[in-house]
Amino acid sequence: MDPFRQLDFLGIEDEFSEEECMVRDTVRGWVSERFLPVVAEHFEAGTFPSELVGELAELGVFGPNLPEEYGCAGLNNVAYGLICQELERGDSGLRSFVSVQGSLVMYPIFAYGSDEQKSHWLPRLASGETIGCFGLTEPDFGSNPGGMLTRARRDKGDWIIDGRKMWITNGTNSHLAVVWARADDAIRGFLVPTDRPGFSAPEQKRKWSLRASNTSELVLDGVRVPEDAMLPKAKGLAGPLGCLTQARYGIAWGAVGAAMACLDEAIRYSKERIVFDKPLAGFQLPQKKMADVATDITLAQLMALRVGRMKDKGTLEHQHVSMAKRNNVDMALRAARTLRDILGANGITLEYHTGRHMCNLESVYTYEGTHDIHTLAIGQALTGIAAFR
Amino acid sequence: MKIIACIKRVPTTDLEPKIVDGKSLDPTGVAFETSFYDQIAVEAALQVKEQHGGEVTVLTIGPKEAQKELRDALAKGADHAVLLKDDRWMSRDAHSTARTLQQKIQELGADLVLTGRVATDRDNASVGVMLATLLDFACVSDVVELEIDGRGGKARREADSGLESYSFSLPAVITCQKDLNEPRRAGLKGIMAAKKKPLDESDCPESSNQAEVCQLDTPPPRPQGRIVGEGAAAVEALIDALHNEAKVL
Ligand SMILES: Cc1cc2nc3c(=O)[nH]c(=O)nc-3n(C[C@H](O)[C@H](O)[C@H](O)COP(=O)(O)OP(=O)(O)OC[C@H]3O[C@@H](n4cnc5c(N)ncnc54)[C@H](O)[C@@H]3O)c2cc1C
Repeated sequence: MDPFRQLDFLGIEDEFSEEECMVRDTVRGWVSERFLPVVAEHFEAGTFPSELVGELAELGVFGPNLPEEYGCAGLNNVAYGLICQELERGDSGLRSFVSVQGSLVMYPIFAYGSDEQKSHWLPRLASGETIGCFGLTEPDFGSNPGGMLTRARRDKGDWIIDGRKMWITNGTNSHLAVVWARADDAIRGFLVPTDRPGFSAPEQKRKWSLRASNTSELVLDGVRVPEDAMLPKAKGLAGPLGCLTQARYGIAWGAVGAAMACLDEAIRYSKERIVFDKPLAGFQLPQKKMADVATDITLAQLMALRVGRMKDKGTLEHQHVSMAKRNNVDMALRAARTLRDILGANGITLEYHTGRHMCNLESVYTYEGTHDIHTLAIGQALTGIAAFR
Repeated sequence: MKIIACIKRVPTTDLEPKIVDGKSLDPTGVAFETSFYDQIAVEAALQVKEQHGGEVTVLTIGPKEAQKELRDALAKGADHAVLLKDDRWMSRDAHSTARTLQQKIQELGADLVLTGRVATDRDNASVGVMLATLLDFACVSDVVELEIDGRGGKARREADSGLESYSFSLPAVITCQKDLNEPRRAGLKGIMAAKKKPLDESDCPESSNQAEVCQLDTPPPRPQGRIVGEGAAAVEALIDALHNEAKVL
């Protein structure tokens, strides 16, 4: 098949540096050659392609925007965004894996960890030798993580952690869990090796979304970790929320990639599919759908690029990321639904990518702050009034 | 060991070419890449360096934008890049290209020069062998296996009649064929490292073509296919068509 043709209606390519384009093209090539041929099988089986973790590490996509001294690439945030775009062009599950490893596991260690924690864990996570997960959400506390019930108490200089986490990406496959728990003074983050007694991570099955990704519960039953397992510089909910801002930033780009994949597929398909003796692409209704999606993707690309440049300048705040995540994921989900229809019955099979993206994006719409919670975050920034309490 | 890989920036092979002024390619909207066989030459250069030590230089004649292809080779592990700037690189003939490369290679010094078997844009398959002649280096073309030892090497090349094995002395020019290796991918760390590696740019010395393209035509469109029938019922019609229409049976 022809290589993927990226929509770049307004020549946004001009706004990227040569290095940013090289990063994008490198990841794009890997996704096309190595990931797309196997994704449908994994999606159907409900498995993450763990056999590709070594290649992902070699490519350098784990924590690529963290410094070189930890074995990372030291890229800027726009390049990181483009990596997420290309990974999610493959599958939201692939981008999720990388977001969790980089933004939700490596980032908190980098931002809130001690020097020892950083030098011990970051090179192992960058090389893929250690896989991590991020445990914040609980069965009864999703949008309101501040209500969490998981507790950490001191015992002879150690910490003992008890509680249950839900919907944890990579949970079953990980060696290290970043677990957020309520300690005496505040919510704290803990680095918990998953082979500790009392720790288990049963997989959550029967999902119809993000199937090529592992999702699991974390059960912590009196798990003992040493004193230095706590992240010293994270105190209160700002700790986990700071990580989520990093990951959501990547999602804002990732969603663009998923939508681009769907549009590319719809354009090709509609040009080849003959209905009523002419190509489907020659009718006005499909053209309107594709024109709308192309416009929406272009706007989302510009928003992602703008927040990326702000992040590199150091002026990006969480409400800006809320706007980009909310807009771009919503855009991608609507695009996938609209374009799935253009593929007709073929659109409901795994032979085509769009239906899979459509199912995946339902998770992306909900996780990392639901669409509505981001609405309220923007509302609060506009009015100064928090409407979510 | 001083190893030089010569590469060319060419339009991507999925290009649907448009012709302007009857003899040149319309460059608007054209995407470029390192010619397929030159990527194999770069990989071969890196492998020789990994086995025997030394330094890999990538050399190209091309527009300023060819920095992209050079950076890609640096990201994969080349040490040094040289760009001889020429906006009309695509209309150079093989002789003027080889002559210019020869002068630069003599200035840089080389034990081993690697080129692609052919550039995928012009399909001349001439520059590598001409370059060897001009440099007075040993030459093996269309190489599918390569082994270097201290002073020379062994190579196998694909000939019409089968595989030919050669031994050669250094310095040498090797032109690389498809099965020689599988080019590596640049990693993100390599891309960052490439930023700090030297990329020398200079204007390409004037050199006139001995042969000029005076007209360029795209190949005639392929005739439409025809479905002769479905399932087993189609077999007879197909055999008939192959016999009487296509006359291949
Ligand atoms: C596939 C998948 C992977 C995930 N991976 C992880 C992970 O790795 N780590 C992790 O910690 N979590 C993870 N999550 C959990 C995810 O972050 C939560 O599901 C999300 O925060 C929403 O929480 P909830 O499911 O409890 O929904 P709820 O909070 O119960 O929300 C239900 C609905 O109510 C709305 N709502 C809630 N509060 C308000 C309010 N105040 N005002 C108006 N509307 C409101 C929401 O917008 C939503 O529409 C994952 C989820 C999924 C589906």
